[in-house]
Amino acid sequence: MFDWMMNLFYSLPTVMQILIGIQLIVIPLMLAVAYTTFAERKVIGYAHVRVGPNRVGPRGWLQPIADALKLLTKEVILPTNANRFLFLSAPVLTIAPALAAWAVVPFFEGGALADVNAGLLYLLALTSLGVYGIIIAGWASNSKYALLGSLRSAAQLVSYEIAMGFALVGVLMAAGTLNVGGIIEAQSGSMYHWFLLPLLPMFFVYFISGIAETNRAPFDVAEGESEIVAGFHVEYSGMAFAVFFLAEYANMILISALTAILFLGGWLSPFQGILPAAAFDLPVIGSLLDHGIHWFLFKTAIFLFAFLWFRATFPRYRYDQIMRLGWKVLIPVTIVWLFVEGVLVAFNVGPWFA
Amino acid sequence: MKAVRRFFKSFLFFELLLGLRLTGRYLLSRKFTVQYPDEKTPMSPRFRGLHALRRYPNGEERCIACKLCEAVCPALAITIDSEERADGTRRTTRYDIDLFKCIFCGFCEEACPVDSIVETHIFEYHFENRGEQIMTKDKLLAIGDRFEKEIAQARAVDAPYR
Amino acid sequence: MTFELVLFYLFGAILLGGALAMISVRNPVHAALFLVLCFVAAAALWLLAEAEFLGIVLVLVYVGAVMVLFLFVVMMLDINLAKLREGFTEYLPVGIVVALAMATVLVLVITRYITMDVPERAGPEYANTEALGAILYTEYVYPFEIAAVILLVAIIAAISLTMRKRPDNKSIDPGKQMAVSREGRVRMVTMASEKKKAPRRGGQGSGADAPGSKDESK
Repeated sequence: MFDWMMNLFYSLPTVMQILIGIQLIVIPLMLAVAYTTFAERKVIGYAHVRVGPNRVGPRGWLQPIADALKLLTKEVILPTNANRFLFLSAPVLTIAPALAAWAVVPFFEGGALADVNAGLLYLLALTSLGVYGIIIAGWASNSKYALLGSLRSAAQLVSYEIAMGFALVGVLMAAGTLNVGGIIEAQSGSMYHWFLLPLLPMFFVYFISGIAETNRAPFDVAEGESEIVAGFHVEYSGMAFAVFFLAEYANMILISALTAILFLGGWLSPFQGILPAAAFDLPVIGSLLDHGIHWFLFKTAIFLFAFLWFRATFPRYRYDQIMRLGWKVLIPVTIVWLFVEGVLVAFNVGPWFA
Repeated sequence: MKAVRRFFKSFLFFELLLGLRLTGRYLLSRKFTVQYPDEKTPMSPRFRGLHALRRYPNGEERCIACKLCEAVCPALAITIDSEERADGTRRTTRYDIDLFKCIFCGFCEEACPVDSIVETHIFEYHFENRGEQIMTKDKLLAIGDRFEKEIAQARAVDAPYR
Repeated sequence: MTFELVLFYLFGAILLGGALAMISVRNPVHAALFLVLCFVAAAALWLLAEAEFLGIVLVLVYVGAVMVLFLFVVMMLDINLAKLREGFTEYLPVGIVVALAMATVLVLVITRYITMDVPERAGPEYANTEALGAILYTEYVYPFEIAAVILLVAIIAAISLTMRKRPDNKSIDPGKQMAVSREGRVRMVTMASEKKKAPRRGGQGSGADAPGSKDESK
């Protein structure tokens, strides 16, 4: 059955293959985004000793569908004197990079839509493009709060991109390749070959600046509902707002997935090289223990949960504290660790740089 | 030494982990949410909900149009007009409460010398059209007639403390 | 005409159209956004020429960072268009001369000095980044390092020009705030518990001793 489908798939013209591949990524991603919103409400509810949404469908499982339907049927209000074209294109500009970045993400061995050589650069470039949607939304809304939110977010993103880029340079030095699949290959061996251990400071810097790049709590000054209402998307309603919402969660999932790929070896199994080879030959458990997409999804889920947990825990940073953390803490840490890594590489410290 | 300790404390996320531990513990603790429409929490007899105008057991309305409630109302939600009835008593011709203005403080109830205006335990109500938020005398009397038993009971329970 | 050629002309047209729009639109924010469009189209052209490193870095550095700051500034500015347009005709002749000179130099350089064959298509395994790095760090290592030093000097100069302590600046230093500890601010004092005084006037309850009560304020 599976072979027959694969054969059919490969007999299609390339354009069709790519289109089907895009559908296979985007549709589950959108579902994942919808249920991330549900998970967020549940997790934060649980942290507040509440139970979260449980009215729509069994135990609330249809809640995201109900939310989507509600937003779909609402009116998209254009503010007076807003720039109509830019106002409506801003949500699209926010979500497009969040979705396009998934093209180079390998879900399993060889399972990337585009196996680009400069994959890491591509990811960095696309995550930095997301800020345009926010800036344009803030400017085109013709609203002071929106403009303030977008200015905050622009400054924040530019600052944290540098730390993020340096953390990626660390990964690049360790892996010796820009290809995302190649980076995962470079971590194979066992759990101790993952870049988590040699690049521990880089891992923290990457994840922290990832949270800042997605404008999530505790770095969500761009939204800052207590001081600037809702920041850049105050003026958006209905589906235009929903697209911003989707983009935020798609970015969260993307950052979680990238952290899993770059530092925890993506689809690599943590038991490889630790359990005896016979364990992988067991009928069902063997395939679960072996490499595969389930490990990738599991690792991504861990980081996604961390996003939600952080939101339930930490109070919002003040703006100058955000700038200090980005420029005076994270960037020096990455530079110091790049130097340490250079020394490790020069002396071939194993098992990572052997 | 202190600086060194502070350095390690901040770079090992010591305080952040403390915070995460706290929320993590609540994440796993038992929830005590009340599933509202299905289960309800007990209600005090002093609960201040929708207003009602009461009558005496013989059917005569209690309100004597003294306008104390109108005077005491901090939100200026009550409007009263009055005139002399055929039998020579002073009665209201108009008794309006604007529920959008009302803050449910219960002062009207306290001020009333004849226990006419009261606040009932009803809080699940809604309006479908503009203007419906003005509770007229007829509406208030109707509520009072309908819930007289419960209103009287709540007053009786609370009586020793008044 | 192959598909790639179609793409080339398409992105070329977008690039030229964007550039023209950028200098002709009135709204400075629109102009900046058109410049972004130009950069993206140029990056696409570079990708077509198999220079994926340059293409992506163009997007990353110029679109992702430089233009964001540009927009940041432009959105904050209150630009008086009428004032800017003053003297347009006055400077026009000089401008035309400069533009013509630039154009002739460009045409001369491209037609006379840069003559090369159409490069051969590299295979899918060819990594542009590696090749670029190899050249930069071997053949062009001195120019590269000199450029780096010049950039460093520029960074330091920019910082030292803008870093000045204004006496009326009341902004706080978050680093100092972070360093504050409980020990530095709070002093725990142990003292014997105070006895409750007898009521000053008879008949008053014990509540009269509570701070802020009416009795106290008299």
